[in-house]
Amino acid sequence: MNDVVISLSGISRSFGEFYANRDIALDIRSGSIHAIVGENGAGKSTLTKIIYGLLAPSSGSLSIKGNAVRFTSPRQAIEAGIGMVHQHFMLIENLTVTENIMLGDEGGSFFAPLKTKEAARKIVSIAQAHGLDVDPDSLVSDLSVGEEQRVEILKLLYRDADILILDEPTAVLTPSETSRLFATLASLRDEGKTVILITHKLDEVLDVSDMVSVMSKGKVVATKPTAAVTKPDLARLMVGRSVLLRVENPPDRPGEVIVKASDLSFVDRKGRKRLTSLGFEIRAGEIYGIAGVEGNGQSELLSILWGMTEPGSRIDGSITVNGLSLNEMSTKEIAAMGISHIPENRLRHAVIKEFSVSDNIIFGRHRERSFSRFAGFNTKSVHDYTKKIIDRYDIRYDMQSNPPLSALSGGNQQKIVLGREIERPELKLLILAQPTRGVDIGAIEMIHKKIIEARDKNIAILLISSELDELISLSSRIGCIYKGSIRHEFSAAEILKGRSSEQDLEKEIGMFIT
Amino acid sequence: MRNTLLKLLTPLFAVVSALIVSALFIMATGRNPLDIYQKMFSMTFGSDYGTGQIVFRTTSLILTGLAVAIPFKVKLFNIGGEGQVLAGALAAATTGILLPSQTPPLVAISICTLTAMMAGSAVALFAGWLKVRFSVNEVISTIMLNFIVQAFVGYMLTWHLAVPSTVHTPEIIQSAQLPMFDSVIGIWNKSPANFSTLLALASCLGAWVMMFKTTAGYEMRAVGLQPEAAEYGGINPNKLILKAMATGGAMAGLASTNLVLGYKHFYEAGLTSGIGFTGIAVALLAFSNPLWIIASALLFGFLDYGGLTVNAYVPKDIFMVVQAITILMVLVLTKKSR
Ligand SMILES: Nc1ncnc2c1ncn2[C@@H]1O[C@H](COP(=O)(O)OP(=O)(O)OP(=O)(O)O)[C@@H](O)[C@H]1O
Ligand SMILES: [Mg+2]
Repeated sequence: MNDVVISLSGISRSFGEFYANRDIALDIRSGSIHAIVGENGAGKSTLTKIIYGLLAPSSGSLSIKGNAVRFTSPRQAIEAGIGMVHQHFMLIENLTVTENIMLGDEGGSFFAPLKTKEAARKIVSIAQAHGLDVDPDSLVSDLSVGEEQRVEILKLLYRDADILILDEPTAVLTPSETSRLFATLASLRDEGKTVILITHKLDEVLDVSDMVSVMSKGKVVATKPTAAVTKPDLARLMVGRSVLLRVENPPDRPGEVIVKASDLSFVDRKGRKRLTSLGFEIRAGEIYGIAGVEGNGQSELLSILWGMTEPGSRIDGSITVNGLSLNEMSTKEIAAMGISHIPENRLRHAVIKEFSVSDNIIFGRHRERSFSRFAGFNTKSVHDYTKKIIDRYDIRYDMQSNPPLSALSGGNQQKIVLGREIERPELKLLILAQPTRGVDIGAIEMIHKKIIEARDKNIAILLISSELDELISLSSRIGCIYKGSIRHEFSAAEILKGRSSEQDLEKEIGMFIT
Repeated sequence: MRNTLLKLLTPLFAVVSALIVSALFIMATGRNPLDIYQKMFSMTFGSDYGTGQIVFRTTSLILTGLAVAIPFKVKLFNIGGEGQVLAGALAAATTGILLPSQTPPLVAISICTLTAMMAGSAVALFAGWLKVRFSVNEVISTIMLNFIVQAFVGYMLTWHLAVPSTVHTPEIIQSAQLPMFDSVIGIWNKSPANFSTLLALASCLGAWVMMFKTTAGYEMRAVGLQPEAAEYGGINPNKLILKAMATGGAMAGLASTNLVLGYKHFYEAGLTSGIGFTGIAVALLAFSNPLWIIASALLFGFLDYGGLTVNAYVPKDIFMVVQAITILMVLVLTKKSR
């Protein structure tokens, strides 16, 4: 039980002059859930990529189950029993669950028939043992995010991995899916498997892990039994100062109505009704929160608000901003009205990975006067603006090397989108979907402050979040979305009162969204 | 710094190693490769005329390379360079014949060049429109358009334009003819190298500026790299597809001026001889970077003419093998560095 299964000593990894990992010594015990926490850019993903053979260390040594290893590719790590669930799932949409799981491990000769039945049986038995149920015959394209993740984990177990690495697995999950995942992880641990878990949510660390390591600026600064630490301890170790775990939210002064949805219905391309007579209003200078379980119409509402409804779908009823109907508007026209949108899947929809940081900071805003000169860009003003956003949003990366966005840590990529959209000039309406996903607690504090600041500049804000505590601490009012309509709305007074007994309010909200 | 040096040296190294491998093939035909290389060199870069020939060929290939590279920025594969050059050539020749002979040179050349570019552009734009309007794959439509344009140009030549009992049109008016380097500044003696080379180089520079320095280029790259994000950013991909195809086609059209206005002064059957297709390879080798295209086109231009010069000693087929090996070597060895 207590023998060391992964041992790192003196591990460093540099990119050019910059050290993403520096002299790391870390032992991970077999049969434990070992959490790794740390600020954005601390080097967590880099460290796990080294263990998984995706990145080679610049120096130092790694031993797995007592054997010194030097992986040159993930294939070798897989053979050593290591599996990794990436934040971006690597499944093939048009294949079934079983086919995806078998992929790369089909066995038999090239022309031998695929033993799909047998595989499906094995999958079902693993799944049942660990609460990972998914239908082995359904297509991956029909699965929810939570189910896709279960497939990823099944894939590892199918290959008899006994060390599982999960990089921010809960970022994309709903609270109930998260607790399911944790039950699975606990059952795997009890079976003797080792789990390495990266997360920014300290409550999760305290809930599920046995040991926790804190990383800061490329180093492991502490490794402790979870039972011996508290949330503020961890926060302090990570950030180096104490962190406000709750943002100050002074009273708001709502103005005129900016957004008005009334009797809004939406039928998607396949004829399924996604929104049914949905209605709400957002005033200038207030934050309207939408609580709900994923898949109850949030994405559809967002796509209407951003002029991105798929061809063949139909909108009925009205949705207006400043009295103008959005129904027929293009994304470009909507943005030009002073509307910013932070989509949920930012890495896919809001950035270009291959572009530089400054090209991303103006992305979607690249037609603004102040950035342009003749038919091109005013390099100096773009550069100055980039610096401004980087300072203001504490975006950390190796500026000297002017890297593409993909070389930034996950959280720092997120902060670029937030900065860019919140700082849009003449902003009237700010649409936020899961704004603090993937960022560290220090950054959450900062982002929450910026959101309140934006509100106090008389901007109307729509906040969609699966974190109830985020909704409660920021929102002026909260609408509960269920099956495509707002089922209940909590008034400003109710929210204000609810903040002093948050648990109760969370429960109440919970009742209206399930 | 060290990296950029390495980047520049790799292609050179690739060419040298290709020469070594090719030497084996030449030896297999019973010739001394050093002899052949020496002959080839003295008749290409070693001679004034040879250099001019290479410059002339390079010029066409730069432009047909751009015709592929520009649409490729929005991830469109323009296989229609050949048809677009042909359309341009016919347009340039016809306009050059029809213009009144006292038209001042600057006007005549401009008009002919513009019509050539417009003709090439129109053909490519049609493929772009099919893509945007009906989601027709551009690879298929540009190939089909190649056939259509070839047939149309062939028909026009045989039935309407050709000087009786020849396969070429009458000459274009004198003032529409582009000056030769030879006759103006006295270099590249008697070679077909003409002032359209300057147009080609300017086009590369222009294309580079457009791709990397303008808002339009920024949007094009965004669409090519991450189309979904581009749409979220309010970029209309369809407009850019049309723009990129139109510009690419215009470049192919411009290539025809090198042949018609600069060299032959008329259109004749087979004039374009596959330069549209070679342009695909030129662009791929240069990773669609407009400045690298100059180097890439120069390599193809050199291989093309170099092969001709040693035709008497090494069978043409062997030299085609040499060409292919060189290109493969360059691709393999530069793969890592870019
Ligand atoms: N390919 C790369 N090239 C250059 N720098 C890189 C590269 N990959 C990572 N880095 C740098 O290494 C540092 C650590 O990145 P890493 O992704 O490990 O952070 P992280 O702890 O996972 O952060 P996050 O919580 O934001 O995901 C960052 O500053 C990042 O910019
Ligand atoms: Mg990370």
